[in-house]
Amino acid sequence: MAKEDYRGIWVFAEQQNGKLNDTVLEILAKAQELKAHTGEDISAVLLGKDVRPLAETLFAYGADKVILAEHDALASYSARPYEAAMTQLAEKHKPSIILYGATSLGRDLAPRLMVSLKTGLTADAIDLGFDQDDVFYQTTPAYGGSILAHIVILEARPQMATVRPMMFEPIQPRAGASGEIVAETVSVEPDADYEVLETAPKQDTGDAIEGAQVIVAGGRGIKEETDLETLRELASLLDGKLAASRPLVDNGWLNHDKQIGQSGATVKPRYIFNIAISGSVQYQVGMQNADCIISVNHTKGAPIFDISHYGAVADYRSVIPALVEEIKRRKA
Amino acid sequence: MKILVFIKQVPDTDDVKLDPKTGNIMREGVASKLNPLDANAVEAAVQLKEKYGATVHAVSMGPPQAEDALKKALALGCDEAYLLSDRAFGGADTLATAYTLSLAARKIGDYDLLLFGRHAIDGDTAQTGPATAAFLGIPQITLASSIDVQDGYVICDRVLEASSQKVRARLPAAVAVTQEINTPRYPKPINIMKALKKPRYVWNAEDLGADTSRTGIPGSPSSTKELLEPPKRNADTKYFSGSAEEIAAQIADMLHDEHLI
Repeated sequence: MAKEDYRGIWVFAEQQNGKLNDTVLEILAKAQELKAHTGEDISAVLLGKDVRPLAETLFAYGADKVILAEHDALASYSARPYEAAMTQLAEKHKPSIILYGATSLGRDLAPRLMVSLKTGLTADAIDLGFDQDDVFYQTTPAYGGSILAHIVILEARPQMATVRPMMFEPIQPRAGASGEIVAETVSVEPDADYEVLETAPKQDTGDAIEGAQVIVAGGRGIKEETDLETLRELASLLDGKLAASRPLVDNGWLNHDKQIGQSGATVKPRYIFNIAISGSVQYQVGMQNADCIISVNHTKGAPIFDISHYGAVADYRSVIPALVEEIKRRKA
Repeated sequence: MKILVFIKQVPDTDDVKLDPKTGNIMREGVASKLNPLDANAVEAAVQLKEKYGATVHAVSMGPPQAEDALKKALALGCDEAYLLSDRAFGGADTLATAYTLSLAARKIGDYDLLLFGRHAIDGDTAQTGPATAAFLGIPQITLASSIDVQDGYVICDRVLEASSQKVRARLPAAVAVTQEINTPRYPKPINIMKALKKPRYVWNAEDLGADTSRTGIPGSPSSTKELLEPPKRNADTKYFSGSAEEIAAQIADMLHDEHLI
Protein backbone atom coordinates (compact mmCIF):
# COMPACT_ATOMS: atom_id res chain seq x y z
CA MET A 1 0.00 0.00 0.00
CA ALA A 2 1.34 3.41 -0.90
CA LYS A 3 2.30 5.64 1.96
CA GLU A 4 -0.17 8.27 0.71
CA ASP A 5 -2.99 5.86 1.56
CA TYR A 6 -2.20 6.09 5.27
CA ARG A 7 -4.31 8.90 6.69
CA GLY A 8 -4.95 10.28 10.13
CA ILE A 9 -3.07 11.55 13.16
CA TRP A 10 -3.34 9.23 16.14
CA VAL A 11 -2.64 10.10 19.72
CA PHE A 12 -2.35 7.17 22.10
CA ALA A 13 -4.70 8.16 24.95
CA GLU A 14 -2.69 6.75 27.83
CA GLN A 15 -4.84 6.19 30.88
CA GLN A 16 -4.39 4.34 34.12
CA ASN A 17 -7.17 3.69 36.59
CA GLY A 18 -9.49 5.74 34.44
CA LYS A 19 -7.32 8.84 34.55
CA LEU A 20 -5.78 10.25 31.39
CA ASN A 21 -2.09 11.06 31.49
CA ASP A 22 -1.55 14.85 31.15
CA THR A 23 0.80 14.24 28.24
CA VAL A 24 -2.15 13.09 26.13
CA LEU A 25 -3.66 16.58 26.26
CA GLU A 26 -0.31 18.18 25.47
CA ILE A 27 0.14 16.00 22.40
CA LEU A 28 -3.45 16.67 21.30
CA ALA A 29 -2.55 20.38 21.33
CA LYS A 30 0.48 19.82 19.10
CA ALA A 31 -1.62 17.60 16.86
CA GLN A 32 -3.78 20.65 16.03
CA GLU A 33 -0.75 22.18 14.31
CA LEU A 34 -0.08 19.00 12.39
CA LYS A 35 -3.72 18.84 11.37
CA ALA A 36 -3.60 22.45 10.18
CA HIS A 37 -0.79 21.40 7.86
CA THR A 38 -2.12 18.10 6.50
CA GLY A 39 -5.85 18.40 6.99
CA GLU A 40 -5.98 14.91 8.52
CA ASP A 41 -8.29 14.10 11.41
CA ILE A 42 -6.99 13.66 14.93
CA SER A 43 -8.01 10.41 16.59
CA ALA A 44 -7.37 9.64 20.22
CA VAL A 45 -6.94 5.90 20.68
CA LEU A 46 -8.34 4.83 24.01
CA LEU A 47 -7.67 1.35 25.38
CA GLY A 48 -8.93 -0.01 28.68
CA LYS A 49 -12.07 -1.14 30.38
CA ASP A 50 -14.97 1.15 31.30
CA VAL A 51 -13.04 4.12 29.94
CA ARG A 52 -15.67 5.46 27.53
CA PRO A 53 -16.38 8.53 29.75
CA LEU A 54 -12.85 9.77 29.01
CA ALA A 55 -13.86 10.38 25.40
CA GLU A 56 -15.56 13.62 26.44
CA THR A 57 -12.28 15.00 27.77
CA LEU A 58 -10.46 13.92 24.62
CA PHE A 59 -12.99 15.74 22.44
CA ALA A 60 -12.75 18.84 24.61
CA TYR A 61 -8.97 18.92 24.19
CA GLY A 62 -8.93 18.53 20.45
CA ALA A 63 -9.66 14.97 19.33
CA ASP A 64 -11.95 14.71 16.30
CA LYS A 65 -12.55 11.02 16.88
CA VAL A 66 -12.02 8.57 19.68
CA ILE A 67 -11.14 5.03 18.69
CA LEU A 68 -12.24 2.98 21.65
CA ALA A 69 -11.23 -0.59 22.42
CA GLU A 70 -12.49 -1.98 25.70
CA HIS A 71 -11.55 -5.42 26.92
CA ASP A 72 -10.93 -7.18 30.24
CA ALA A 73 -7.37 -7.91 29.16
CA LEU A 74 -6.80 -4.16 28.70
CA ALA A 75 -8.16 -3.13 32.09
CA SER A 76 -4.68 -2.45 33.40
CA TYR A 77 -1.61 -1.96 31.27
CA SER A 78 0.70 -4.71 30.26
CA ALA A 79 2.85 -4.59 27.17
CA ARG A 80 1.78 -7.56 25.10
CA PRO A 81 -2.04 -7.24 25.21
CA TYR A 82 -1.70 -3.49 24.50
CA GLU A 83 0.75 -4.26 21.70
CA ALA A 84 -1.73 -6.71 20.18
CA ALA A 85 -4.68 -4.33 20.43
CA MET A 86 -2.82 -1.33 19.01
CA THR A 87 -1.39 -3.45 16.18
CA GLN A 88 -4.86 -4.63 15.18
CA LEU A 89 -6.27 -1.11 15.27
CA ALA A 90 -3.40 0.41 13.31
CA GLU A 91 -3.48 -2.32 10.68
CA LYS A 92 -7.20 -1.77 10.23
CA HIS A 93 -7.28 2.05 10.14
CA LYS A 94 -3.80 2.75 8.72
CA PRO A 95 -3.02 6.12 10.30
CA SER A 96 -0.09 8.10 8.93
CA ILE A 97 1.14 9.25 12.35
CA ILE A 98 0.95 7.71 15.85
CA LEU A 99 2.16 9.74 18.83
CA TYR A 100 2.67 8.41 22.35
CA GLY A 101 3.69 10.20 25.52
CA ALA A 102 7.31 9.50 26.37
CA THR A 103 6.14 8.24 29.74
CA SER A 104 7.23 5.05 31.43
CA LEU A 105 4.18 3.35 29.89
CA GLY A 106 4.55 4.91 26.44
CA ARG A 107 8.22 4.04 26.26
CA ASP A 108 7.44 0.46 27.33
CA LEU A 109 4.74 0.02 24.70
CA ALA A 110 5.77 1.99 21.61
CA PRO A 111 8.98 0.05 20.78
CA ARG A 112 6.92 -3.14 20.52
CA LEU A 113 4.57 -1.40 18.05
CA MET A 114 7.61 -0.33 16.06
CA VAL A 115 8.41 -4.03 15.63
CA SER A 116 4.88 -5.28 15.01
CA LEU A 117 4.10 -2.51 12.51
CA LYS A 118 7.61 -2.63 10.97
CA THR A 119 8.03 1.10 11.08
CA GLY A 120 10.13 3.84 12.61
CA LEU A 121 9.82 5.24 16.13
CA THR A 122 11.52 8.41 17.26
CA ALA A 123 12.28 8.48 20.97
CA ASP A 124 11.39 11.33 23.29
CA ALA A 125 10.76 14.04 20.71
CA ILE A 126 10.78 17.60 22.03
CA ASP A 127 9.10 19.03 18.96
CA LEU A 128 7.27 17.92 15.82
CA GLY A 129 6.58 19.62 12.53
CA PHE A 130 6.82 19.64 8.77
CA ASP A 131 9.97 20.86 7.07
CA GLN A 132 10.57 22.78 3.85
CA ASP A 133 10.17 19.52 1.87
CA ASP A 134 6.81 18.85 3.51
CA VAL A 135 8.30 15.94 5.44
CA PHE A 136 7.07 15.19 8.95
CA TYR A 137 10.01 15.48 11.35
CA GLN A 138 10.58 14.86 15.02
CA THR A 139 13.15 16.93 16.88
CA THR A 140 15.39 15.25 19.43
CA PRO A 141 18.57 16.31 21.16
CA ALA A 142 21.40 14.13 19.91
CA TYR A 143 24.88 13.26 21.04
CA GLY A 144 24.43 14.32 24.63
CA GLY A 145 22.42 17.36 23.77
CA SER A 146 24.86 19.70 22.09
CA ILE A 147 23.07 19.15 18.80
CA LEU A 148 19.46 18.87 17.66
CA ALA A 149 18.44 16.26 15.12
CA HIS A 150 15.45 16.21 12.81
CA ILE A 151 14.45 12.57 12.57
CA VAL A 152 12.24 11.51 9.68
CA ILE A 153 10.49 8.31 8.67
CA LEU A 154 10.44 8.68 4.93
CA GLU A 155 8.76 5.56 3.58
CA ALA A 156 7.39 3.39 6.37
CA ARG A 157 3.98 4.11 7.87
CA PRO A 158 2.72 4.94 10.38
CA GLN A 159 5.33 7.49 11.39
CA MET A 160 5.67 7.09 15.13
CA ALA A 161 7.22 9.03 17.99
CA THR A 162 7.15 9.19 21.73
CA VAL A 163 6.79 12.81 22.78
CA ARG A 164 8.38 14.24 25.88
CA PRO A 165 5.96 15.38 28.60
CA MET A 166 5.52 19.07 29.35
CA MET A 167 6.70 20.30 25.97
CA PHE A 168 3.34 21.74 24.85
CA GLU A 169 0.46 23.52 26.55
CA PRO A 170 -2.94 21.82 26.24
CA ILE A 171 -5.51 23.89 24.36
CA GLN A 172 -8.30 25.59 26.23
CA PRO A 173 -10.96 22.88 26.57
CA ARG A 174 -13.75 23.36 24.07
CA ALA A 175 -16.97 23.38 26.02
CA GLY A 176 -19.55 20.95 24.70
CA ALA A 177 -17.19 19.60 22.08
CA SER A 178 -18.17 16.23 20.72
CA GLY A 179 -17.02 13.83 18.10
CA GLU A 180 -17.38 10.37 16.79
CA ILE A 181 -16.64 7.40 19.03
CA VAL A 182 -15.45 4.49 16.92
CA ALA A 183 -15.92 1.43 19.12
CA GLU A 184 -13.69 -1.42 17.99
CA THR A 185 -13.52 -5.05 18.98
CA VAL A 186 -10.01 -6.34 19.48
CA SER A 187 -8.90 -9.91 19.91
CA VAL A 188 -6.53 -9.95 22.89
CA GLU A 189 -5.72 -12.21 25.82
CA PRO A 190 -4.33 -11.38 29.22
CA ASP A 191 -0.57 -11.93 29.41
CA ALA A 192 -0.15 -15.12 31.41
CA ASP A 193 3.59 -14.52 31.58
CA TYR A 194 3.55 -11.04 33.09
CA GLU A 195 2.04 -10.00 36.37
CA VAL A 196 2.06 -6.89 38.52
CA LEU A 197 2.42 -8.27 42.06
CA GLU A 198 2.25 -5.00 43.98
CA THR A 199 1.72 -1.33 43.28
CA ALA A 200 2.48 1.35 45.80
CA PRO A 201 2.33 5.11 45.57
CA LYS A 202 5.86 6.41 45.22
CA GLN A 203 7.43 6.88 48.60
CA ASP A 204 7.50 10.58 49.27
CA THR A 205 10.90 11.18 50.73
CA GLY A 206 10.12 14.89 50.74
CA ASP A 207 12.86 15.72 48.25
CA ALA A 208 11.15 15.00 44.93
CA ILE A 209 12.08 17.62 42.36
CA GLU A 210 8.92 17.30 40.31
CA GLY A 211 6.49 19.91 41.54
CA ALA A 212 9.14 21.81 43.51
CA GLN A 213 8.74 25.60 43.41
CA VAL A 214 12.45 26.24 43.91
CA ILE A 215 15.27 24.06 42.64
CA VAL A 216 19.00 24.37 43.16
CA ALA A 217 20.77 22.23 40.57
CA GLY A 218 24.45 21.38 40.36
CA GLY A 219 26.32 20.24 37.28
CA ARG A 220 29.55 18.98 35.85
CA GLY A 221 31.52 21.93 37.22
CA ILE A 222 30.85 20.89 40.82
CA LYS A 223 34.29 19.86 41.95
CA GLU A 224 33.63 17.75 45.03
CA GLU A 225 30.70 15.80 46.34
CA THR A 226 30.86 17.72 49.63
CA ASP A 227 30.17 20.95 47.71
CA LEU A 228 26.65 19.63 47.19
CA GLU A 229 25.99 20.22 50.89
CA THR A 230 26.28 23.97 50.34
CA LEU A 231 23.86 23.71 47.42
CA ARG A 232 21.53 21.64 49.57
CA GLU A 233 21.71 24.27 52.29
CA LEU A 234 20.84 27.00 49.79
CA ALA A 235 17.90 24.92 48.57
CA SER A 236 16.70 24.36 52.09
CA LEU A 237 16.92 28.08 52.98
CA LEU A 238 14.59 28.75 50.02
CA ASP A 239 12.27 25.81 50.75
CA GLY A 240 13.57 24.25 47.58
CA LYS A 241 15.00 20.96 46.43
CA LEU A 242 18.43 19.87 45.30
CA ALA A 243 18.76 18.49 41.77
CA ALA A 244 21.49 17.87 39.22
CA SER A 245 22.35 17.61 35.57
CA ARG A 246 23.43 14.24 34.28
CA PRO A 247 27.17 14.18 35.10
CA LEU A 248 26.52 14.23 38.86
CA VAL A 249 24.11 11.34 38.50
CA ASP A 250 26.47 9.42 36.22
CA ASN A 251 29.21 9.70 38.82
CA GLY A 252 26.87 8.50 41.54
CA TRP A 253 26.66 11.65 43.70
CA LEU A 254 22.88 11.85 43.32
CA ASN A 255 20.19 9.38 42.36
CA HIS A 256 18.58 9.38 38.95
CA ASP A 257 15.33 10.75 40.39
CA LYS A 258 17.22 14.03 40.98
CA GLN A 259 18.31 14.32 37.37
CA ILE A 260 16.89 17.10 35.23
CA GLY A 261 16.97 16.76 31.47
CA GLN A 262 16.29 14.57 28.49
CA SER A 263 17.06 11.30 30.23
CA GLY A 264 15.77 12.55 33.58
CA ALA A 265 12.92 14.68 34.88
CA THR A 266 11.23 17.69 33.34
CA VAL A 267 10.63 20.38 35.93
CA LYS A 268 8.76 23.65 35.86
CA PRO A 269 9.64 25.46 39.09
CA ARG A 270 9.17 29.15 39.76
CA TYR A 271 12.90 29.53 40.39
CA ILE A 272 15.81 27.40 39.35
CA PHE A 273 19.45 27.97 40.24
CA ASN A 274 21.91 26.35 37.84
CA ILE A 275 25.21 26.03 39.59
CA ALA A 276 28.22 25.04 37.47
CA ILE A 277 25.94 23.74 34.74
CA SER A 278 26.97 24.63 31.20
CA GLY A 279 23.50 24.01 29.82
CA SER A 280 23.42 21.37 27.09
CA VAL A 281 20.20 21.16 25.11
CA GLN A 282 19.61 17.89 26.88
CA TYR A 283 19.59 19.72 30.20
CA GLN A 284 17.66 22.72 28.92
CA VAL A 285 14.70 20.66 27.70
CA GLY A 286 14.20 19.54 31.29
CA MET A 287 14.02 23.02 32.84
CA GLN A 288 13.57 25.70 30.18
CA ASN A 289 9.99 26.41 31.23
CA ALA A 290 10.99 27.56 34.72
CA ASP A 291 9.60 31.04 35.44
CA CYS A 292 12.90 32.47 36.64
CA ILE A 293 16.32 31.03 35.74
CA ILE A 294 19.41 32.04 37.71
CA SER A 295 22.79 30.69 36.70
CA VAL A 296 26.27 30.79 38.19
CA ASN A 297 29.06 29.55 35.95
CA HIS A 298 32.69 30.53 35.64
CA THR A 299 32.56 30.35 31.83
CA LYS A 300 31.17 33.46 30.26
CA GLY A 301 30.10 31.71 27.05
CA ALA A 302 28.23 28.88 28.78
CA PRO A 303 24.97 28.21 26.86
CA ILE A 304 22.99 28.25 30.10
CA PHE A 305 23.30 32.05 30.16
CA ASP A 306 21.40 32.20 26.84
CA ILE A 307 18.24 31.15 28.64
CA SER A 308 18.92 32.71 32.05
CA HIS A 309 17.11 35.71 33.46
CA TYR A 310 19.92 36.31 35.92
CA GLY A 311 23.53 35.28 35.65
CA ALA A 312 26.85 35.56 37.43
CA VAL A 313 30.14 34.69 35.76
CA ALA A 314 31.88 33.55 38.91
CA ASP A 315 33.24 30.63 40.90
CA TYR A 316 30.37 28.94 42.68
CA ARG A 317 32.72 27.90 45.48
CA SER A 318 32.92 31.50 46.65
CA VAL A 319 29.51 32.80 45.54
CA ILE A 320 27.24 30.07 46.93
CA PRO A 321 28.70 30.02 50.49
CA ALA A 322 28.52 33.83 50.46
CA LEU A 323 24.89 33.67 49.31
CA VAL A 324 24.04 31.14 52.01
CA GLU A 325 25.55 33.44 54.62
CA GLU A 326 23.81 36.50 53.17
CA ILE A 327 20.40 34.82 53.23
CA LYS A 328 20.94 33.58 56.77
CA ARG A 329 21.93 37.10 57.83
CA ARG A 330 18.81 38.61 56.27
CA LYS A 331 16.58 35.96 57.75
CA ALA A 332 18.06 36.41 61.22
CA MET B 1 20.59 -20.22 33.79
CA LYS B 2 21.75 -18.54 30.62
CA ILE B 3 21.88 -14.77 30.65
CA LEU B 4 22.52 -12.57 27.63
CA VAL B 5 23.56 -9.02 28.37
CA PHE B 6 23.49 -6.51 25.54
CA ILE B 7 26.01 -3.69 25.67
CA LYS B 8 27.01 -0.72 23.58
CA GLN B 9 30.16 1.27 23.20
CA VAL B 10 29.50 5.01 23.33
CA PRO B 11 31.56 8.17 22.90
CA ASP B 12 33.17 9.21 26.16
CA THR B 13 31.94 12.78 25.93
CA ASP B 14 28.87 14.95 25.85
CA ASP B 15 30.57 17.67 23.99
CA VAL B 16 30.21 16.61 20.38
CA LYS B 17 30.60 19.28 17.74
CA LEU B 18 29.44 19.51 14.16
CA ASP B 19 31.98 19.91 11.41
CA PRO B 20 31.03 23.36 10.07
CA LYS B 21 31.94 22.28 6.52
CA THR B 22 30.21 18.91 6.23
CA GLY B 23 27.55 19.20 8.90
CA ASN B 24 28.63 15.79 10.17
CA ILE B 25 29.59 14.83 13.70
CA MET B 26 33.25 15.30 14.45
CA ARG B 27 34.32 11.99 15.95
CA GLU B 28 38.04 12.35 15.66
CA GLY B 29 39.88 12.12 18.92
CA VAL B 30 36.78 11.18 20.86
CA ALA B 31 37.46 8.21 23.13
CA SER B 32 34.90 5.46 23.69
CA LYS B 33 33.65 3.67 26.74
CA LEU B 34 31.14 1.07 27.84
CA ASN B 35 27.72 2.72 28.11
CA PRO B 36 27.36 3.37 31.87
CA LEU B 37 23.84 1.91 32.11
CA ASP B 38 25.09 -1.24 30.39
CA ALA B 39 27.66 -1.59 33.17
CA ASN B 40 24.67 -1.83 35.52
CA ALA B 41 23.20 -4.56 33.33
CA VAL B 42 26.51 -6.47 33.35
CA GLU B 43 26.70 -6.10 37.13
CA ALA B 44 23.14 -7.40 37.52
CA ALA B 45 23.99 -10.41 35.35
CA VAL B 46 27.17 -11.17 37.27
CA GLN B 47 25.40 -10.85 40.62
CA LEU B 48 22.73 -13.32 39.48
CA LYS B 49 25.50 -15.65 38.33
CA GLU B 50 27.19 -15.39 41.72
CA LYS B 51 23.92 -16.03 43.51
CA TYR B 52 22.41 -18.83 41.45
CA GLY B 53 25.01 -19.94 38.97
CA ALA B 54 24.68 -18.90 35.35
CA THR B 55 26.61 -18.40 32.18
CA VAL B 56 26.66 -14.79 31.09
CA HIS B 57 27.03 -13.95 27.41
CA ALA B 58 27.84 -10.36 26.49
CA VAL B 59 26.65 -9.20 23.07
CA SER B 60 27.44 -5.96 21.28
CA MET B 61 26.71 -4.71 17.79
CA GLY B 62 29.26 -2.27 16.48
CA PRO B 63 32.49 -1.65 14.62
CA PRO B 64 35.56 -3.76 15.44
CA GLN B 65 36.57 -1.29 18.17
CA ALA B 66 33.47 -2.28 20.14
CA GLU B 67 35.57 -5.29 21.13
CA ASP B 68 36.92 -3.04 23.91
CA ALA B 69 33.52 -2.81 25.58
CA LEU B 70 33.16 -6.58 25.33
CA LYS B 71 36.60 -7.12 26.87
CA LYS B 72 35.54 -4.95 29.76
CA ALA B 73 32.37 -6.99 30.17
CA LEU B 74 34.48 -10.15 30.29
CA ALA B 75 36.78 -8.59 32.88
CA LEU B 76 33.70 -7.75 34.94
CA GLY B 77 32.62 -11.39 35.01
CA CYS B 78 30.85 -12.26 31.77
CA ASP B 79 31.85 -15.65 30.37
CA GLU B 80 31.71 -15.19 26.62
CA ALA B 81 31.55 -12.25 24.24
CA TYR B 82 29.89 -11.84 20.87
CA LEU B 83 30.65 -8.93 18.59
CA LEU B 84 28.10 -8.44 15.83
CA SER B 85 30.06 -6.58 13.25
CA ASP B 86 29.44 -6.08 9.57
CA ARG B 87 29.31 -3.10 7.28
CA ALA B 88 25.74 -4.19 6.59
CA PHE B 89 24.87 -3.37 10.23
CA GLY B 90 26.10 0.23 10.05
CA GLY B 91 23.71 3.14 10.41
CA ALA B 92 21.02 1.03 12.06
CA ASP B 93 18.09 2.63 13.86
CA THR B 94 16.52 0.87 16.83
CA LEU B 95 14.34 -1.37 14.63
CA ALA B 96 17.29 -2.68 12.61
CA THR B 97 19.43 -2.93 15.75
CA ALA B 98 16.80 -4.93 17.62
CA TYR B 99 16.34 -7.21 14.59
CA THR B 100 20.08 -7.91 14.54
CA LEU B 101 20.30 -8.44 18.31
CA SER B 102 17.33 -10.80 18.21
CA LEU B 103 19.07 -12.92 15.57
CA ALA B 104 22.12 -13.15 17.82
CA ALA B 105 19.92 -14.16 20.76
CA ARG B 106 18.38 -16.91 18.65
CA LYS B 107 21.77 -18.09 17.44
CA ILE B 108 23.19 -18.24 20.98
CA GLY B 109 19.94 -19.96 21.90
CA ASP B 110 18.32 -21.37 25.05
CA TYR B 111 18.44 -18.01 26.81
CA ASP B 112 16.57 -17.46 30.04
CA LEU B 113 17.16 -13.79 30.63
CA LEU B 114 18.08 -10.86 28.38
CA LEU B 115 19.51 -7.82 30.16
CA PHE B 116 19.80 -4.29 28.84
CA GLY B 117 20.78 -0.95 30.31
CA ARG B 118 17.88 1.46 30.51
CA HIS B 119 19.24 3.53 27.64
CA ALA B 120 22.49 4.36 25.88
CA ILE B 121 23.83 7.77 26.75
CA ASP B 122 24.53 8.63 23.12
CA GLY B 123 21.13 7.79 21.68
CA ASP B 124 18.91 7.97 24.75
CA THR B 125 16.16 6.04 23.00
CA ALA B 126 15.62 3.20 25.51
CA GLN B 127 13.95 1.34 22.65
CA THR B 128 16.36 -1.46 21.82
CA GLY B 129 15.50 -3.62 24.84
CA PRO B 130 11.70 -3.67 24.41
CA ALA B 131 12.04 -3.95 20.63
CA THR B 132 14.36 -6.95 20.93
CA ALA B 133 11.86 -8.54 23.33
CA ALA B 134 9.14 -7.91 20.75
CA PHE B 135 11.16 -9.60 17.97
CA LEU B 136 11.59 -12.62 20.24
CA GLY B 137 7.97 -12.55 21.39
CA ILE B 138 8.95 -12.55 25.07
CA PRO B 139 7.73 -10.38 27.96
CA GLN B 140 9.77 -7.44 29.17
CA ILE B 141 10.34 -5.47 32.32
CA THR B 142 11.60 -1.92 31.75
CA LEU B 143 12.85 0.50 34.41
CA ALA B 144 13.90 -2.33 36.72
CA SER B 145 15.48 -1.05 39.92
CA SER B 146 15.96 -4.52 41.41
CA ILE B 147 16.14 -8.01 40.00
CA ASP B 148 15.83 -11.53 41.30
CA VAL B 149 15.03 -14.88 39.75
CA GLN B 150 12.76 -17.41 41.45
CA ASP B 151 10.93 -20.50 40.23
CA GLY B 152 11.23 -19.67 36.57
CA TYR B 153 10.27 -16.02 36.96
CA VAL B 154 12.26 -12.82 36.98
CA ILE B 155 10.99 -10.45 39.66
CA CYS B 156 11.76 -6.76 39.59
CA ASP B 157 10.87 -3.51 41.28
CA ARG B 158 10.00 -0.74 38.87
CA VAL B 159 10.00 2.95 39.72
CA LEU B 160 7.45 4.87 37.65
CA GLU B 161 6.37 8.52 37.63
CA ALA B 162 3.97 8.36 40.55
CA SER B 163 4.19 4.81 41.80
CA SER B 164 6.43 1.85 42.25
CA GLN B 165 5.60 -1.69 41.23
CA LYS B 166 6.79 -5.17 41.89
CA VAL B 167 6.29 -7.26 38.78
CA ARG B 168 7.23 -10.70 37.57
CA ALA B 169 7.69 -12.14 34.12
CA ARG B 170 8.04 -15.77 33.21
CA LEU B 171 11.43 -16.69 31.74
CA PRO B 172 12.59 -16.24 29.09
CA ALA B 173 12.14 -12.50 29.52
CA ALA B 174 13.96 -9.25 28.83
CA VAL B 175 14.80 -6.74 31.56
CA ALA B 176 16.08 -3.18 31.13
CA VAL B 177 17.76 -1.95 34.31
CA THR B 178 18.12 1.51 35.78
CA GLN B 179 21.22 2.99 37.33
CA GLU B 180 19.80 2.51 40.83
CA ILE B 181 19.83 -1.28 40.56
CA ASN B 182 23.44 -1.62 41.68
CA THR B 183 26.89 -0.11 41.73
CA PRO B 184 29.04 -1.67 39.04
CA ARG B 185 32.30 -3.15 40.28
CA TYR B 186 35.66 -2.17 38.89
CA PRO B 187 37.53 -4.82 36.93
CA LYS B 188 40.46 -6.24 38.90
CA PRO B 189 43.77 -6.44 37.02
CA ILE B 190 43.81 -10.22 37.46
CA ASN B 191 40.35 -10.45 35.90
CA ILE B 192 41.41 -8.23 33.02
CA MET B 193 44.18 -10.76 32.37
CA LYS B 194 41.81 -13.71 32.70
CA ALA B 195 39.32 -12.03 30.38
CA LEU B 196 41.78 -12.28 27.52
CA LYS B 197 41.46 -16.06 27.67
CA LYS B 198 37.67 -16.12 27.58
CA PRO B 199 35.93 -17.01 24.31
CA ARG B 200 35.20 -14.13 21.98
CA TYR B 201 33.23 -14.52 18.80
CA VAL B 202 32.71 -12.16 15.89
CA TRP B 203 29.59 -12.70 13.85
CA ASN B 204 28.73 -10.99 10.59
CA ALA B 205 25.45 -10.82 8.70
CA GLU B 206 26.02 -14.17 7.05
CA ASP B 207 26.83 -15.85 10.39
CA LEU B 208 23.54 -14.55 11.76
CA GLY B 209 21.59 -15.49 8.67
CA ALA B 210 20.47 -11.89 8.55
CA ASP B 211 18.30 -10.50 5.80
CA THR B 212 20.44 -7.46 4.99
CA SER B 213 17.40 -5.56 3.76
CA ARG B 214 16.41 -5.53 7.45
CA THR B 215 19.79 -4.49 8.93
CA GLY B 216 21.76 -1.28 8.87
CA ILE B 217 20.58 1.63 6.79
CA PRO B 218 18.29 -0.39 4.43
CA GLY B 219 16.52 -1.89 7.46
CA SER B 220 16.05 1.43 9.24
CA PRO B 221 12.74 3.20 8.62
CA SER B 222 13.93 6.27 10.49
CA SER B 223 16.86 8.45 9.63
CA THR B 224 18.37 11.75 10.57
CA LYS B 225 17.49 14.33 7.95
CA GLU B 226 19.21 17.28 9.50
CA LEU B 227 21.53 18.09 12.36
CA LEU B 228 21.23 21.57 13.74
CA GLU B 229 23.01 23.64 16.28
CA PRO B 230 20.42 24.53 18.91
CA PRO B 231 18.83 27.90 18.20
CA LYS B 232 20.44 30.60 20.26
CA ARG B 233 17.84 32.21 22.38
CA ASN B 234 18.75 35.69 23.35
CA ALA B 235 17.45 35.93 26.84
CA ASP B 236 17.81 39.37 28.26
CA THR B 237 20.16 38.13 30.93
CA LYS B 238 20.82 40.49 33.82
CA TYR B 239 24.33 39.86 35.10
CA PHE B 240 25.52 40.24 38.65
CA SER B 241 29.16 41.11 39.10
CA GLY B 242 31.76 42.08 41.63
CA SER B 243 33.25 40.11 44.50
CA ALA B 244 31.60 36.92 45.72
CA GLU B 245 29.99 38.86 48.57
CA GLU B 246 28.75 41.57 46.21
CA ILE B 247 27.27 39.01 43.86
CA ALA B 248 25.68 37.22 46.82
CA ALA B 249 24.14 40.49 48.00
CA GLN B 250 22.73 41.25 44.54
CA ILE B 251 21.22 37.78 44.28
CA ALA B 252 19.76 38.15 47.77
CA ASP B 253 18.28 41.53 46.76
CA MET B 254 16.65 39.90 43.77
CA LEU B 255 15.30 37.07 45.92
CA HIS B 256 13.99 39.65 48.35
CA ASP B 257 12.26 41.59 45.55
CA GLU B 258 10.73 38.33 44.40
CA HIS B 259 9.53 37.70 47.96
CA LEU B 260 11.49 34.48 48.12
CA ILE B 261 13.25 35.59 51.31
